[in-house]
Amino acid sequence: MSNQEALLEIKNLHTGFNIGGKTYHAVKDVSFDVKPKEVVCVVGESGCGKSVMSLSIMNLLPKHNGKIDKGEILYKGRDLAPLNDNEMNKIRGKDISMIFQEPMTALNPVLTIGYQMDEVLINHTKVKKEEIRKKSISLLKQVGISRGEQIVHEYPHQLSGGMRQRVMIAMAIACQPQLLIADEPTTALDVTVQAQILELITKIQDEVGMAVLLITHDLGVVAEMADRVVVMYAGQVVEETDVDRIFYDPQHPYTKALLTSIPRMDEEREVLNTISGIVPSLTKMPEVGCRFVDRCPEAMPECRQIDPQLGQTEKGHSVRCLLYDASHPDKKTEVR
Amino acid sequence: MTQQKDRSEHLLQVEELKKYYPVRGGFFRKKIGDVKAVDNISLELKKGETFGLVGESGCGKSTAGRTITRLFKPTEGKIFFEGKDITNLRGSELRSLRQDIQMVFQDPYASLNPKMMVGSIVSEPLVNYGKGSESSLKDEVMELLKRVGLPEDAYFKYPHEFSGGQRQRIGIARALALKPKLIVADEPVSALDVSVQSQVLNLLKELQAEFDLTLLFIAHDLSVVKHMSDRIGVMYLGNLVEVADADEIYKNPKHPYTQALISAIPQPDPRNKSERIILSGDVPSPQNPPVGCPFHPRCPEAMPECSEKKPQLKEVNKEHRVSCLLYD
Repeated sequence: MSNQEALLEIKNLHTGFNIGGKTYHAVKDVSFDVKPKEVVCVVGESGCGKSVMSLSIMNLLPKHNGKIDKGEILYKGRDLAPLNDNEMNKIRGKDISMIFQEPMTALNPVLTIGYQMDEVLINHTKVKKEEIRKKSISLLKQVGISRGEQIVHEYPHQLSGGMRQRVMIAMAIACQPQLLIADEPTTALDVTVQAQILELITKIQDEVGMAVLLITHDLGVVAEMADRVVVMYAGQVVEETDVDRIFYDPQHPYTKALLTSIPRMDEEREVLNTISGIVPSLTKMPEVGCRFVDRCPEAMPECRQIDPQLGQTEKGHSVRCLLYDASHPDKKTEVR
Repeated sequence: MTQQKDRSEHLLQVEELKKYYPVRGGFFRKKIGDVKAVDNISLELKKGETFGLVGESGCGKSTAGRTITRLFKPTEGKIFFEGKDITNLRGSELRSLRQDIQMVFQDPYASLNPKMMVGSIVSEPLVNYGKGSESSLKDEVMELLKRVGLPEDAYFKYPHEFSGGQRQRIGIARALALKPKLIVADEPVSALDVSVQSQVLNLLKELQAEFDLTLLFIAHDLSVVKHMSDRIGVMYLGNLVEVADADEIYKNPKHPYTQALISAIPQPDPRNKSERIILSGDVPSPQNPPVGCPFHPRCPEAMPECSEKKPQLKEVNKEHRVSCLLYD
């Protein structure tokens, strides 16, 4: 079957949305894997499909128009894509848990923190009834909330953004999951609070021994957290390799452009590099050819005719670009 | 702090500015307290420079920007624009001041009227101030739209037909229309993606040189602020805690808060993981700020006297001012 070491393996995932009777793929042919205890960062701009991809893994797509059309999501070798809600409920929160960008909308505003935390433990563990509250409080302690005894009686609106995100993390790790999916967990937070939360995720990951799939748009966070990086653009993986090579040997023109367009504290630059144009919208995506072609500084005529495939350029480094396609005459040398 | 010097040397001078919002409660909605959004800031902007105001959410940087443009009335303090006291301007005087001070807002979705054509949005300031004849107006607006990088047919389109980055360009064109001397840009790129963000930042820099603008650039992202600014002011809980040249702030931060803020920014470089200063806790409420130094409950270097005495902004190096008892 598949790679035995991988905890999560996504193979040729296509997630489509039905808009006006036509299916558009927000995620088109995404494949990558997450190994146990590894931190994989998925990075991309808004609309690149990174969130749809994470919702597909958890089977949380909007039921009326979103659907996985093709591909497999293998968790320990078992395909999650065809599972129904009942079967998924046994996995969500227990084996794979998720934290979201906006902890205010992810928590129920009319239930106390304690109630919401107990619920996870009641549903997924065999902790005795009288022990549950104690366990909830100890989980809050684990995420750095010292007044857990009081917090359990409070409502989400009484907490600050950073505290809410800590509560979310406490709930997510309640059942010692193997995989934590964090979708932009620090985007809504201030930098000093972001630093606290990132440190907490690293500490918890160490203690629980889980893998983390971190979805973000912030390359600083990627450099800080990732072991491996998956760069997405317009629903596709365009580059995948370890964190060092993403920053020091980027190959796809999009990755290169992205890295030079962010202002940096440690560098003096008068003019930032820009990527002209914007990400094409889902309904205006080119049917054939590379999806980055209109914004690519290195575009060639054939980029409009041939779909580039994700191919390995060296060990542990995959790129989706015709410049690196072995069959192409202009192919760049592997070691540069 | 501010010696009695000639105020006309600076385009804008702010002296001990305060802006409190009343908190009302009880049956008769009586005033029961104040939110001290801006609690004593002093700064000055030289002609043609970019001054960056940076701080976390709730530190009062937006309120400061809006009070300086006189969108809000200051509670206390003085604002001088080109040497003239504008703190209490009213009516037609205030109206004519607005020609010289314009603003670019954060949310390009909320700051443009969805029912107006882009052409009307950009020409409205010109019409309001009776600038340009009817015949020249359209040409002038077309010219502006072209200058900020929008296609010519943008004139007849509506805001919803544009992406976030393009909408921000429309907002910039509107701010430029009256050829102001000062532009206050309040988080102009925080709603944009990185690749589009760099387009807008470059545009602002170009326009600043071209139109000889002075820019007050307000943002929470220190990397962006450093890229844009000549000088930077760091705000915390309504107070300006440090002011210095952009390079100096980054290389030689003095205030413990600035040090923590800089160290907390994740750098896009996996080989350079420097030691972080992790602050504990959250920013206190500005309704009930701590006595003494506003930062002392979270400060890793707090001393006993920090909870008693409020530090003042003092010069420690040339052009480098810090408000911290460590340097007093």
